[in-house]
Amino acid sequence: MIMRPDIHLRQAAISLAYALLNLTTGTRATSSPLTPTPSAPTRYTGPSEPHRSLSTTAHNRYQRRRQRAASGRRRLLTPWVLLSLAAPLIAHGETSATPAFQLGDICPASFENQDGGCVLRNRYREYRSLRDAGVGGLKTGLPPLREGFTPQQIDLGRYLFFDPILSADGSVSCASCHDPAKGFADGRGQAVGIHRQVLPRSAPSLWNVGFLSTLLWDGSKSSLEEQMQGPLYSPFEMGNTPTQLLTTLNANPVYRALFEQAFSRSPIALDQIYTAITAFESSLISLNSRYDLYAHGYHEALTDAEIAGLNVFRSFVARCAECHTPPLFTNQQLAVLGVADAPGELIDTGAEAITGDASQRGAFRVPSLRNIVRTAPYMHRGQKPTLEDAARFYTGGRGHEVPEGESVMIHWHIWEPRLTDAEITSLTTFMGALTDEAFMPEIPKVVPSGLPVTQGQKPMAGNSDGFGAQ
Amino acid sequence: MNTLTKHPHRIDRGIDRGTHRGIARVVISALVLSVFASVAQAAIIEVREGDRIQDAVNRAAPGDEILVYPGLYSETVYVDKDDITLRGVVEGDSWPHLDGKKQLNDAILYSGNGFSVEWFKITHYKGNAIMGQAGNNFSIRNNWVIDSGVYGIFPEFGENGLIENNILSGIEDAAIYVGMSDYIDVRNNQVFDNVAGIEIENSRHVLVEGNLAKNNTGGILVFITPGLPIKSSYDAIIRRNFVIDNNTPNFGIPGSLVSQIPAGSGIIVMSGDEVIIEDNVITGNNNAGIIITSQDFVTEIATDTGSDPNPDAVQIRDNVMFNNGALPEGEMKLLMLTKFSTTGPDILAYQGATAAERGSCISRRGAYRTHGVDDWADCDSPTIRANDAIAGREPVDSTRGLTTKMLPEPAAPRVITVDASGAELVYQGICAGCHAYNVRLIGPPTLAIQAQYGEDAGSIAAYIANPEKKRPDFPTMPPQDHLSEPMRQLVAEYMLALTN
Repeated sequence: MIMRPDIHLRQAAISLAYALLNLTTGTRATSSPLTPTPSAPTRYTGPSEPHRSLSTTAHNRYQRRRQRAASGRRRLLTPWVLLSLAAPLIAHGETSATPAFQLGDICPASFENQDGGCVLRNRYREYRSLRDAGVGGLKTGLPPLREGFTPQQIDLGRYLFFDPILSADGSVSCASCHDPAKGFADGRGQAVGIHRQVLPRSAPSLWNVGFLSTLLWDGSKSSLEEQMQGPLYSPFEMGNTPTQLLTTLNANPVYRALFEQAFSRSPIALDQIYTAITAFESSLISLNSRYDLYAHGYHEALTDAEIAGLNVFRSFVARCAECHTPPLFTNQQLAVLGVADAPGELIDTGAEAITGDASQRGAFRVPSLRNIVRTAPYMHRGQKPTLEDAARFYTGGRGHEVPEGESVMIHWHIWEPRLTDAEITSLTTFMGALTDEAFMPEIPKVVPSGLPVTQGQKPMAGNSDGFGAQ
Repeated sequence: MNTLTKHPHRIDRGIDRGTHRGIARVVISALVLSVFASVAQAAIIEVREGDRIQDAVNRAAPGDEILVYPGLYSETVYVDKDDITLRGVVEGDSWPHLDGKKQLNDAILYSGNGFSVEWFKITHYKGNAIMGQAGNNFSIRNNWVIDSGVYGIFPEFGENGLIENNILSGIEDAAIYVGMSDYIDVRNNQVFDNVAGIEIENSRHVLVEGNLAKNNTGGILVFITPGLPIKSSYDAIIRRNFVIDNNTPNFGIPGSLVSQIPAGSGIIVMSGDEVIIEDNVITGNNNAGIIITSQDFVTEIATDTGSDPNPDAVQIRDNVMFNNGALPEGEMKLLMLTKFSTTGPDILAYQGATAAERGSCISRRGAYRTHGVDDWADCDSPTIRANDAIAGREPVDSTRGLTTKMLPEPAAPRVITVDASGAELVYQGICAGCHAYNVRLIGPPTLAIQAQYGEDAGSIAAYIANPEKKRPDFPTMPPQDHLSEPMRQLVAEYMLALTN
């Protein structure tokens, strides 16, 4: 998003119009920043589907409190909106009156605009895969990608992703748990949701998530649109409701304009929100690591130690590549590893909680290993602090962490490979070569709500903010 | 009919070494003269005891043949290139011998297309002897594998392959395993003293013919195993095999599926569809000659809702079967006791396999002792013919007219060609990670580069092979010398021609 002078003027005009609109109508935007309740983290210990366990009355009480708080702030709103619109310019030391949000009209890096939609160009697409399953060895095709979104939809999704306006009280955004600086995970064993509530599972990385047809640790969702409604509306994660989300966004003139740009439709509808976030998440591509150069045939891209690690990785002793199949390093299947949630405890029953099938007790979706060094700690509950700990689990003996009295159907590839310390090191060395964050999206310094961008990380070196200033 | 590779030339075994060297010299000279080495005539690289086979693989270009002379080699050989042949030279009783000393993981790993490996003796590895992932058009022939770990021959995710004339024994899982693969022939191999002789798992279009499966725990298996990313297994022909005395006590690895196979099992079809069993000699298997069953056959495994647990359209045609079921084991024993019999059958269908609607059939049922196939139709009956018609299969009296399940032409290569479209892929796959058209990413915008270089693509091509720090506010570009010179030129031209 380069800022050309002509666009600049047009944006300034639009912004001024928004500001005037707010002055004259007193738009009921509910997008003021709230201070998160400074209480100790609430530990949530239930197994899954946490949102069902909060009573409706409790939720209503919470909603009423929220609304009272919002109305109390309303009179401060207009100056706030003006300030928030001006903030990006102040941040840039610019002098013109007001900035504006303009959606980019260029596809993200490595995407090509074909008939208005952004389509990924990648060398893996030159290859086929057996039965188009997107699993196999080195030169193997990818599974289908969610693609074809317009540049505007992707860019709108980017703002939404980083904007805490999506949560009930404006305190958390998608990026709170999917922090770009932490491999789009959060560096925690158990994610922390709204009101600092501790969730039962770890936030998964979003790199290459657009290729996945099995989502969530329990594999219970098959599309991003379906999946994101979990966190959006869970009182433990973002705490919002569909009604409130629509109300809030429609009350925000910047978003109304941006959605109009992206979808040529108004008012803002839920499916547009889901589409835009899906578009952005699907643009997070990491397929150009040094490993990939090796896979494409440039064998000097990996060191001898990394190649040795690759050979341990795909050997039928370690068997990593049987489930973490290239090119995505996941076969997207459920697998029962038998990792204890805490010493001697199996708290999270995984897929069994969804399907009721006892044979799936403790079954979790095989995660991708792309950018894996960025996403410690590991496993569904962060039980393994380091990559070495995670690798070492597999050589600890079949079922060695399964609590006494538990009956789980451990996956047949979990055996006793007796990996040496050198082989464990070799594996972690190789996994380090799966790192590629070259297509890191620009992290907006300012989002349309004016709320602070809460993911807490700093933009990558060399990246500019969401306004594309050179 | 070998449709595996299109080598520029092939040398028969037995040709004298001097000729090899002569040819090699000629070929190497040709390479030196050639501008595009990779499309030049193939070279022969010789490896002798004391050398590393891997060094030869690293030097080899697609199309090259690596001749390994007799001697002891202890290494893991990995082949991530296309069209490489590893060929052992056997002189009298002396083989090129890959020995893992119970310390090394796998003997041979390959991912390239058109890989051939033959005439190797492989012993004492901990993982697999020969393991392929996603290599198409492979040929694994005349290898001799003894007590070498988990699986013997293990192609996975491959299309169009031949596994022929290998001899394997002492394997803890399947001696020959074909997993998640299509269009494979498994012919004339000898597998004995293994847990499983031959296992076809989640694969399609497979011919298992003329093999000897003897003294294993189970002889020949066709499985749909739940939890794998490719879910189906259909169109397998098990034909003209000798499936004899597979009564070895199960020594499978705890937790493995085959560790649950009862000793004395000749052929087991678990969930596999459209399996034709014809013209086999199946004798002396103490549990049962043929077992057709569903995924209930194995326990201790998580359910996979995407995996059909029942076997459909299995055809048991003419086979020679006698002396099976002398000592039925566990579950089989109980099952037969309900029939007031203490011996197992030649043919057993049970669990999800018995119902008529599964569409399975049996010919000449009176010739065998059977259990559970009472509701199955005769293979020549109108019902089965109608089922075949509905499923789009050509109804046949026999598979005898069919010679192979391999493809008439090799599976398509996956070489990225050096042309404009290749340049586009390289640009989008590599360059565009740092250069956007008019936005600063990690590197300067493409527009700025165009302004600097104009039409001078040659300078860009030279620069990207060996970049130096040019702009104080940008990181140094990583070298792209892994791209060939013509490709660097093409991608530079592509970059300069971009308009958005």
